Amino acid sequence: MTRRILRIDMTNRKAAYEPVPEKWGRWAGRGLTSAITAAEVEPTCHPLGPNNKLIIAPGWVTGTPATPSSGRTSFGGKSPLTGTIKESNAGGLSGQKIARLGLAAVILEGQPADGKWFTLVITKDGVKFEDASPLIGNGMYAVDEALWKTYPDTAVIGIGPAGEMKMSNAGVSVNDTENRPGRYAGRGGMGAVMGARGVKAIVVDDTGGPGVEIADQKLFDEGCKKLTEAILEHSLTKKGGGLPSYGTAILINILNEAGGLPTRNFRTGQFEGAAKISGEAIAEVVARRCPDGGAEGTMAHNCHPGCIIKCSNIYPDEHGKHLVSCLEYETDWALGANCGIDDLDYIARMTRECNDIGVDTIESGNTIAIAMEGKLLEFGDGKGALKLFDEIRKGTPLGRILGQGVEATAKAFGVHRVPTVKGQSMPAYEPRAIKGIGVTYATTPMGADHTAGYTIAPEIAGVGGKVDPLSDEGKADLSLTFQAATAFIDSSGYCLFIAFPILDIPKGWAGMAETVAGTTGMKITGEDVVPMGKEILKMERLFNERAGFTAADDRPPEFMRYEKLPPHNVSWTITDEELDRVYAWVHEA
Amino acid sequence: MRVEVRVFATLRRHLPDLGIGEARVLEVGAGTTLSAIRDGLGLPPDEVRVVIRNHVQADWDDTVEEGDRIAFVPAVAGG
Repeated sequence: MTRRILRIDMTNRKAAYEPVPEKWGRWAGRGLTSAITAAEVEPTCHPLGPNNKLIIAPGWVTGTPATPSSGRTSFGGKSPLTGTIKESNAGGLSGQKIARLGLAAVILEGQPADGKWFTLVITKDGVKFEDASPLIGNGMYAVDEALWKTYPDTAVIGIGPAGEMKMSNAGVSVNDTENRPGRYAGRGGMGAVMGARGVKAIVVDDTGGPGVEIADQKLFDEGCKKLTEAILEHSLTKKGGGLPSYGTAILINILNEAGGLPTRNFRTGQFEGAAKISGEAIAEVVARRCPDGGAEGTMAHNCHPGCIIKCSNIYPDEHGKHLVSCLEYETDWALGANCGIDDLDYIARMTRECNDIGVDTIESGNTIAIAMEGKLLEFGDGKGALKLFDEIRKGTPLGRILGQGVEATAKAFGVHRVPTVKGQSMPAYEPRAIKGIGVTYATTPMGADHTAGYTIAPEIAGVGGKVDPLSDEGKADLSLTFQAATAFIDSSGYCLFIAFPILDIPKGWAGMAETVAGTTGMKITGEDVVPMGKEILKMERLFNERAGFTAADDRPPEFMRYEKLPPHNVSWTITDEELDRVYAWVHEA
Repeated sequence: MRVEVRVFATLRRHLPDLGIGEARVLEVGAGTTLSAIRDGLGLPPDEVRVVIRNHVQADWDDTVEEGDRIAFVPAVAGG
């Protein structure tokens, strides 16, 4: 059975299946969400108005048996946070179930004229539009629990109160393997785009679905074997390796040591409390509160079925009970070091608030840091920071400002040190101390986003080569190569973290491409990864140009040019001409 | 001369008496290389991916100086 598109018209409450047109036949995941957005969404439309769409797409190999760590779902459309095209992807249960229903994408369009809210139930037989009013106002923990009472073992995609209020920092939640809202397409406000369609939740039940067709089983099997071996051989991703043992917060101490851990709203590159919030400290809390594997806390947690990397965790409360999943590097940094907070329990409670209210942890941590810089509260005030989430949940005037993210909050509090690009705040790597990631932040079509071109691998981790993070040299080319490879991986359905083993182990790179070729029947090899990624980047870049973005938007914030960052005492020194080189090829023949 | 040494993540099992982020102060002779310090601490070379000296990635044959802050890092990434 060939893949189909499910188009859901929220204005007229109708759903229809369409064949995937030939022009989109090559794409899945991010490639497909961006292709559909570029073709169907007017770039100058208001992101919350009737002309934006939310496009949901599993990757090429998502839903196939045996592909490791391949359960990602892409969410695309025009972002209310950045005004750019956006793709934000998440783990959890949704991607595999959508794919196994034979769907290449779900397009949500229009908006109910009567302002009603719906839960959409997608099965092999079609779409049911259910009244969502009993769920309105509820956080995602309650929504997931309520929907599993009626629809057990389904994927639940949903928005919390932030999405209902159409806040620019609202994310899209996907339930995890324990039916908790830990997996988020957090960045860029896609939860508000979903809320603007009048959709509170989407239930996906793949029972009886056709599954994912494999075009070339032999090639697929060979690719799976190579990729799986690479993941299980690499010291970062193998059993007992760095990621399953410590989670992504393994990076806290390392970035601190490298002087690239943004602290107190990007004032310094080191945090004196780093060790207390490190991945090692998280693992110690889990071991202490859940001895001998008892209770509910754990490291080496998988965010979707079939993940063999298992970088997630369940952070336990003082009684060993599930407090939140997951406490990862970005979240830990944003709500920790960047706010001067060194107490893991406060960070975990704030993370739970983010997951329940439905806001992005990175943007939320940066927003609180801006509020601290603006003297609303002191840096290091964990109790005060936690209380701010009540304001967002209730939609008080202050909460409405905070829920719009960093730039709105900075204006409200008169703060000029604003760490954003294209309206989106920077993640947990200081661009002045790690120049390549700064080029990615400045130039990616997504706004400041580390996942868009993770040059940290060679600049800090010695993965995929070794590059001096402080040097300006060669960073435009380095960032572009990573941005292109990432666009491909984001289309595959694989977790981006397969990048680490496949950058170091060549058979893994080949295996990834072979699984995609084996699933789809496309004649591609590892050599095609970067060129195909560039095709996706070009679609995204051209959308942004039509939305009004120019080279002047591909710049880091001004204060990073004149303010020197300790301990290296460096400022942003890469020239605008070098930044403009990254995407110069888009308009070349 | 004296140098400070830290180990992180999976490497901590080789120096189990050090708390998270804690440094061991070593007395070393002039001309000591970073690889010699790694080997002297019993850190298996194939487990140490990166060495950072005074917040900057260093090379294994670099020699240390008085007061250096050295960190041995296994394979890490994520984010």
